[in-house]
Amino acid sequence: MKVILQGLTKKFPSRNKKSKEEVVAVSDFSFEIPDGKLIGLLGPSGCGKSTMLNLICGLEKPTSGRILFGDDDVTDLPPEVRGVGLVFQNYALYPHLTVLQNILFPLQNLKGDKKMTKAEMLEKAEEVAKLVQISELMERKPSEMSGGQQQRVAIARALVKMPKILLLDEPLSNLDARLRLQTREELRRIQRETGITTVFVTHDQEEAMSISDMIVVMKKGVLNQLGKPQEVYDDPVNLFVAKFLGTPPINVFRGEVRGERLFIGGEDVLAVPGVGDRPVYAGIRPEGFILNDNGAFTCRLTAVEVMGRDTSVVSTHPSCEGVNIRSIISAENLVDASKEEVRFDLKPNKVFIFDTDTEERIRFGVNGRMGEDA
Amino acid sequence: MDRNDYEKIEKAAARRKRATRTVTYILLTVWALMVLFPFYWMVLSSIKSYSSYNSEYIPKFIAEYPTLQNYVDAFTTVPLGRYFTNTIVFTLVTTAVMLVVTVLAAFAFARLEFRGKNVVFAIFLSLMMIPNELVIITNFQTITKLGMRNTFAGLILPSVTSVFYIYLLKENFEQIPEELYKAAKVDGTSDLKYLLKVMIPICRPTLITVTILKVIECWNSYVWPRLITDDQAYFLVSNGIQEIRENGFGRENIPAMMAAVVVISVPLIVLFLIFRKKIMAGVSRGGTKG
Amino acid sequence: MKKSNFKAWLYLLPAVLFLGFFMVYPLADVLVYSFEEGYNSASQTFMGVGTYNYRYVLHDPYFLQAVKNTFILVIITVPVSTGLALLISLGLNSIKKLKELYQTVYFLPYVTNTLAVGLVFMILFKKTAYTDGMVNLLINLFGGKSVDFIDGPYWAKMFVLCFYTVWVVLPFKILILTSALASVKQDYYNAAKIDGTSKWRMFTRITLPMISPMLFYLIITGFIGAFKAYSDAVALFGTNLNAAKMNTIVGYVYDMLYGDSGGYPSYASAAALILFAIVFTITVVNLMISKKQVHY
Repeated sequence: MKVILQGLTKKFPSRNKKSKEEVVAVSDFSFEIPDGKLIGLLGPSGCGKSTMLNLICGLEKPTSGRILFGDDDVTDLPPEVRGVGLVFQNYALYPHLTVLQNILFPLQNLKGDKKMTKAEMLEKAEEVAKLVQISELMERKPSEMSGGQQQRVAIARALVKMPKILLLDEPLSNLDARLRLQTREELRRIQRETGITTVFVTHDQEEAMSISDMIVVMKKGVLNQLGKPQEVYDDPVNLFVAKFLGTPPINVFRGEVRGERLFIGGEDVLAVPGVGDRPVYAGIRPEGFILNDNGAFTCRLTAVEVMGRDTSVVSTHPSCEGVNIRSIISAENLVDASKEEVRFDLKPNKVFIFDTDTEERIRFGVNGRMGEDA
Repeated sequence: MDRNDYEKIEKAAARRKRATRTVTYILLTVWALMVLFPFYWMVLSSIKSYSSYNSEYIPKFIAEYPTLQNYVDAFTTVPLGRYFTNTIVFTLVTTAVMLVVTVLAAFAFARLEFRGKNVVFAIFLSLMMIPNELVIITNFQTITKLGMRNTFAGLILPSVTSVFYIYLLKENFEQIPEELYKAAKVDGTSDLKYLLKVMIPICRPTLITVTILKVIECWNSYVWPRLITDDQAYFLVSNGIQEIRENGFGRENIPAMMAAVVVISVPLIVLFLIFRKKIMAGVSRGGTKG
Repeated sequence: MKKSNFKAWLYLLPAVLFLGFFMVYPLADVLVYSFEEGYNSASQTFMGVGTYNYRYVLHDPYFLQAVKNTFILVIITVPVSTGLALLISLGLNSIKKLKELYQTVYFLPYVTNTLAVGLVFMILFKKTAYTDGMVNLLINLFGGKSVDFIDGPYWAKMFVLCFYTVWVVLPFKILILTSALASVKQDYYNAAKIDGTSKWRMFTRITLPMISPMLFYLIITGFIGAFKAYSDAVALFGTNLNAAKMNTIVGYVYDMLYGDSGGYPSYASAAALILFAIVFTITVVNLMISKKQVHY
């Protein structure tokens, strides 16, 4: 089932009683989630992701805007009739019930023609337990299971009603690193097998990029960018999105465009056709550096970290916004760590420039439609 | 200092430690005896016959000819059985109704959103400071006017709410993660079903604490029953024992009186010995006396 | 929004009704009663409004006796019981063997019926034609003379009342202080030991400050509880406390309300409000002192 959000806005009364100001958690949010896709809703903590999720599942009512599931407007419907499944960060399993009882709980609430017999419920529960591979844990209590197992139970409980939409709130962040990798593959598999349209919220960009069909990057309640993970990474619309995606993160410099050339710290480092003279932020992805003794861009070398496949060159530059510049180059290039300076050439498609006030992207010849900023 | 000096110091320290511990144990035992002695004395006196009790100018510490006659007297000469059943009915009904009332209110405060919630809760909290002595006067008048003297309704109704227990339960309910409530909402669970199926089972330890405390309070309550009942048919054990003391067995029959005291004390002591840990934990969380 | 409002109030309804009827309304009513002069229970009429009830109560020798008794009881039992409880708790915390047994025994008075066990105390202290009673025999053993603690001189009766009160209130205090003492982290003591701190200094500089919040809690609740003393006195001396000169303020309130001398809710209300004023003042003073003293 596809989900359409139209101009969705949610305001909360301010916690601080003195100021009457309202807190805008979600602001004029519009997008369409195609049927059967896995969508990663991505943003730093406090950006309104969880509110978004609560709006979609109906735990909160939007201040304005509409929510459509397929062709049905569900904006005013309570959660239980929307047909959504929700998995919480801390799993929210009922601690006094066994795994089986936890999974059965949603089914026991069904009323009217959806009502099931005991046998039907058990069959359903077995089926979904098999899907998430917890069939042998059915009699345990949540406290007797590992985090990963609890996570599966939570997913099973959300899936057992055969929801039209599955919503996951930071589903992996309570797991340790190894389990997280494994579980995200697992999530991907379950989503593929069931074909349920799934939205999952995370602040971990790597997690979002690795399994999502599409990612939505949010900042302070506003949709910043929406697209396939690689597209968003390769073509961020603003400095925030560029900074938010990628590990190690993008390196940001203060620079200036003069005569369609980008200058950083007085050095002419790259041609930027079609951009007028102005101060800019220049973002350079770690993989955008090419080691070259005669390169145009000079940095002060701090350290060289060889990590098998890649070499990470750590350096500094007075114009850099961050403390260090991290560049990743192939390990075949030997770097003399005793040198004080290191020089690079830049890959034009890995360099993005942004307006210093609005932080919006300024596109230039190579990596964008020319002159869009004008 | 050579090795011998060290040994001497060590030995002296050990001796001092042993002495301190011995004194501690002696003092603790003395107080334990002080606590236990009245209990021992009441059991002892209750199995002495009327004549042997009164013939001992210097009371003996054992009963030479133990008898259960006093227990028979306690149940036949005075309506002790009646007092007993009254107290059981009073305790069970009061506790049950109180649990329903306080759980519902605590749930509303802990989970539901409504206008004026904070104000109402603040009023509830401020009621916690009102001593019972202040409101008991009007309640006495009210119950009298309503013609509910010497009825169970009159005995029970004024003590079925406790602001303190509402507060205790609310705090406990709020510790249940909000996600559980949200999860239940998404599954279409009604508030009442959530309360019954999720909150109450999870908060069972606190509910047991509250129940135990209320049972103790009911079993020992004296003042209100005394004001509201003058018909022996509605006396609770506390009033009963006072009645026995004052008009009792026709004569100063102390062994029979002690038998009644034993009978009244035993249920709570048994309850205590069974739920010792729970009761002590519960009292330290929410009880006051004295 | 409206619907959820309505539902929430439905859950609250029983509690609100009961509290309104048996607490809020009586609170207003007791004030009214206390200022209605010459209120007649039977005809429910009164003659005027004023402070006559208060003046009557404050001049009533029975009330003054009750106030005196209550104050003596408070001044003796609160420090004695708190100090004794602290001593016993320190002892309990320093031992390992039999600790639970002692704790269980010490807690027993909490779960007993005050009225019932009071009778046992009465026969232990009472001097009758048949026997001088256990306590007097003990006194004789040490060469003292028998005293009738129940029907005898004032100081003897007061002693029994205080003794029984302490016996009754100790379990709660021991329980609270034992857990407070146990929650003081061993690290502090270890650190102090390394510095060569003496035991007494450890007690005054570490233990006392650390348990001071609980200690003050006990003192405050102890004051409130002792001011409300009543059933202990009834258990020892019977319901006619005025005759025994052993009445307490609460006892006076109830006697004014009901019983042989009863039927005067106005006097009872005035006395109850005076009691409330006393307790309130002392609690506020206590809280002010504890704010200065409690270390965190």
